[in-house]
Amino acid sequence: MTYSFDFSVLLPYWEALLDGCWLSLSMTTLSVIFGLGIGLMTLLALRSPFRFLRVVATSYVETIRNTPFLVQVLFLYFGLPSLGVALMPWPAAVLALSLNCGAFAAEIIRGGVDGIPKGQFEAGKALGLSPLDVLRFIVLKPALRSIFPALSSQFILLLLASSIASSISAEELTAVAGEIDTTVFRSFEVYIVATLLYLIMATMFSTASKIIERRAFSYPVK
Amino acid sequence: MIRDFTSSEFLAIVAGMQATILLSLIAFLGGGLGGVTIALLRTAEFPWARRIAATFIDFFQGTPLLMQLFLVYYGLPVFGYHVNIWVAAGLGLTLNASAFLGEIWRGGIQSVPRGQSEAAKALGLSYGSRMRDVVLPQALRLSLAPTVGFLVQLIKGTSLAAVIGFVELSRSAQIISSTTYKPLLAYGLAGACYFVLCFPLSRASAALERRFAARS
Repeated sequence: MTYSFDFSVLLPYWEALLDGCWLSLSMTTLSVIFGLGIGLMTLLALRSPFRFLRVVATSYVETIRNTPFLVQVLFLYFGLPSLGVALMPWPAAVLALSLNCGAFAAEIIRGGVDGIPKGQFEAGKALGLSPLDVLRFIVLKPALRSIFPALSSQFILLLLASSIASSISAEELTAVAGEIDTTVFRSFEVYIVATLLYLIMATMFSTASKIIERRAFSYPVK
Repeated sequence: MIRDFTSSEFLAIVAGMQATILLSLIAFLGGGLGGVTIALLRTAEFPWARRIAATFIDFFQGTPLLMQLFLVYYGLPVFGYHVNIWVAAGLGLTLNASAFLGEIWRGGIQSVPRGQSEAAKALGLSYGSRMRDVVLPQALRLSLAPTVGFLVQLIKGTSLAAVIGFVELSRSAQIISSTTYKPLLAYGLAGACYFVLCFPLSRASAALERRFAARS
C-alpha cells in the first residue's frame, strides 16, 4: 500500500462538518415530528369506517415501504414541479423524510395504543383517578414507554437515511462532505470522517435514549 | 435535445431492473455467507470473537449505507485495487448485508433451546457438526420471516449504488428523467418496478411471521 493518509487537510473544515452534523440532526428531528403527525393521521385513516380512507392510507403505507427512499426523494424533488409545486432541496428533503417516517410511524403508534388493556382504564376510574390522571398515567406513559424504543430506532434509521438527501443537494452532512471533497481531493479521508460523525451521532443518540428509557419509563409493567 | 419516452426508454428501465435483481442476488448470497460467519462469531465461546462481530454489526448498523458504499468505492483504489463498479457496489452491499443478516441470525441461534446444543455435545458431535446439523437449520428457520423482510431492505438499498454510478433501476430512471424531461413518469415507473419486486416479499415476510406467531 503506497497511499499515505492525510487527515490534516480536513482541519480547516471542522466547522463546516459540525454544521453538517447539525443540519442532518435538525432535518431528522423535524421529519420525525412531522412523521409522527402523519403517522397518527394514517392510523386514524386505517381505522376509519370509510373504505376510501382505508384504501388511501394502505396504498400510502405500502408504497413508501416497498420503494427505495432515493426514488421517493427524486420523485418529489424533480416530479412535483411538473405538478406546479416547486420546492427547494431542503424542504423537499424534509417532506420526503416526513412522508417516509409517517408510513413507519403509523405501525409504531398502533403498537403503543393497542398495548393498553381496556381493563386498565376501568381500573383507573375505579380507583378514583381524575380523567386527566387516567390520561397521564394510564394512557400516555405506558403508550410512550412501549413505543419509545421503536421510536428512537426509527430516529436513527431516519438520520442515516437523511444522507440520501445529498442526492438532491440538500445541505446536510453528506452534502457538506461532498463539497469538501471537491476542494481537497481527499475522498477517502473525507468520507471516513463523515462516516465516523454519523456513527458518533447514532451512538450518542442511542445511548441517550437508553438512559431516558431507564430513568423515565422504569416502573414495573405487570 | 429532449427525447420522447419511447420503447427504448422502457427497455432501459427493464435492463435497469435486471441489474437491480442481479446486484440484490449477489449481495444476498455474499451477505448470506458473511452473515453466517458474523452470527457464529457473535455467538462464539471466545469473548474476542464476540467483540469483533459486535463491532462489525454496530459499525454497519450505525452508519448510512451510502457512506459505506462511498468508503468501498474510494477505498479500493487506496488499497491498490482497480475499481470495477460491480465489485465496489457488490462488496459494499455484501458487507452491509453481512452485518444485518448476522444480527438477525444471531437472534435465531440464541433462540434455539440450549438443550439442543448441549445434547449434541453430549453425543460427542464436533462444533462444526453441532452447528451445521443441529443449531443452524433450526436457527435459520426461526429467522426466516426477518430474513425475507431484510431482502426487501436490501433490494431498496441497491438503489444507492446509483449514487456511485452503477447503472441499475434508479440510475436508469435518473438518466431517462434528464433526457426525456419526464421525471414523474421515469421515477414513477422505477418506483413501480421496485414495488413489484418488494411487495410480494413484504407480504411473504408478514405471512411467515403470522404463521410462526400462531404456532408458538
